[in-house]
Amino acid sequence: MSKDKIMPEKKIGLWLRLCVLAGMMGGSYQVLAQSVQSAQPDLHVRVLAASCAACHGTNGVSVSTTPSLAGMPAQDFLTRMTRFRASQKTGDVMTQHAKGLTADEIRKLASYFAALPPPG
Amino acid sequence: MKRREFINTLGAAWLGATVWPLSAGAARNLASARVVVVGAGFGGATVAKYLRMWSDYHLPVTLLEPNAQFVSCPTSNLVLGGSMPLSAITLPYEALASTHGVTLRRDTVQAVDLQKKQVRTATGPIPYDYLVMATGISFDYTKVPMAQTDAARSRFPHAWKAGEQTVNLARQLQHMRKGGVFAITVPELPYRCPPGPYERACQVAWYLKQHNPTGKVLVLDANPGITSKRPLFERNWAEHYAGLIDYQPGSVLTDIDTKTGTVKTVFGTWKTDVLNVIPPQTAGQLALDTGLANSEGRWCDVDFVTYESRNVPDVHLLGDSVDSGLPKSAHIANSQAKVCASGIIARLADRQPDPLPVFANTCYSYVDDNEAMHVANVYRFDPAKKEMVSAEGGGLSDRPSQQEAVDARAWAKNIWHDMLG
Repeated sequence: MSKDKIMPEKKIGLWLRLCVLAGMMGGSYQVLAQSVQSAQPDLHVRVLAASCAACHGTNGVSVSTTPSLAGMPAQDFLTRMTRFRASQKTGDVMTQHAKGLTADEIRKLASYFAALPPPG
Repeated sequence: MKRREFINTLGAAWLGATVWPLSAGAARNLASARVVVVGAGFGGATVAKYLRMWSDYHLPVTLLEPNAQFVSCPTSNLVLGGSMPLSAITLPYEALASTHGVTLRRDTVQAVDLQKKQVRTATGPIPYDYLVMATGISFDYTKVPMAQTDAARSRFPHAWKAGEQTVNLARQLQHMRKGGVFAITVPELPYRCPPGPYERACQVAWYLKQHNPTGKVLVLDANPGITSKRPLFERNWAEHYAGLIDYQPGSVLTDIDTKTGTVKTVFGTWKTDVLNVIPPQTAGQLALDTGLANSEGRWCDVDFVTYESRNVPDVHLLGDSVDSGLPKSAHIANSQAKVCASGIIARLADRQPDPLPVFANTCYSYVDDNEAMHVANVYRFDPAKKEMVSAEGGGLSDRPSQQEAVDARAWAKNIWHDMLG
């Protein structure tokens, strides 16, 4: 899972460097920039994931009794969040959060946290 | 740097590299920019740390804070209840400098020169390219000017900024005569920490139950009803504090006799032994003085994609100063700080910020020393309304529980570490 996440971003890193190079050389920077823009890594998910830090710790590494999310296998994250989302326990804090997120956000959060270094 | 901190820092740098690889040009732009953050509360400390982390430590950040240490407002009501010393909610700022390379200055900002893009401090001017104002709240004593003097603030503490005022109020509670009345005046919304006054009523009542059982808590609420976690507080008071808490809604404070502590509201006159005046609030005075307030003159309008002021370019506002439908909570300030950090870095790297930010809010209230309850919501930006709106699914605990008190303590440890560690 983490490889799936990392590889496209490495490519984007290469694209970015090419863009800068093209810009320096007076090439069609705008066109290249636009193509990279459409493939921009997901700042939306980084900010959303960072909002989880209040309970689950910076970069998903908890310093208290709340579970860490960093390095959690994506399938585990998806399974847990899907259960929370489907739960009838309307007073449960994670059910309340899971119901506020889209399926796409939950999938991306799963990949994001899976790719983070687990607690040392 | 401790090993764990080092690993976490590496993890942060790794994240920056993989989520958003910075080009050499972006890194140069970031390294040559100057960001000044005013105020090291939940918003300011968090934005300083995340500006560093998410810029791969290229962006220089100066954080200005007059206090030597951070004292947490969340959890501070437990100091009144007697189950938590102030020392347990007092934390150092040093790791922001030692672990994250934030330039930390203990300094008071006197004014902001928007033309020169400088903040004027007690120790001299500091230039900025981007300014983040995280100056919290100021108190508005217009309707009760007699409570504004230093002597009155000491006699009738607000304890709405944790620290010396909290200790003062706790001491007054401990020394209240047997059978005395401890009154809390609640301002109209919006104010910092909507459930805070009611949590405070629980904590004072819990203290009285043990040490002064004939005493009373009088809650004079300017609002028409409990403003947050209402069914939970109502049930808790009925089940555990019946006869101890006297709740009076619609009670706008109109006068205080500073000699006797007698207060007048639009509905009556109340004799009190300890008087906790939580005054009406505005954005931090510095934000108001800088011309960042909106037409109402009390709070500040921002673009919720970057938290840039709608009045002044290159000036961002966070946390309780912001005019929004969001609760003025620690977790909201912490989350706004991350949207803001992401937005400033995107701009310096010639990229687009996330146009539709989403974040969560979780807020716990303790009903005694052992049980707590929460409210939780996800909020997402609505571009048509230009507001953060509540997503589906949010809500309250079913009831207070011991498990939620464990969760509340875990929340506090993680959010404190997230902003300061």
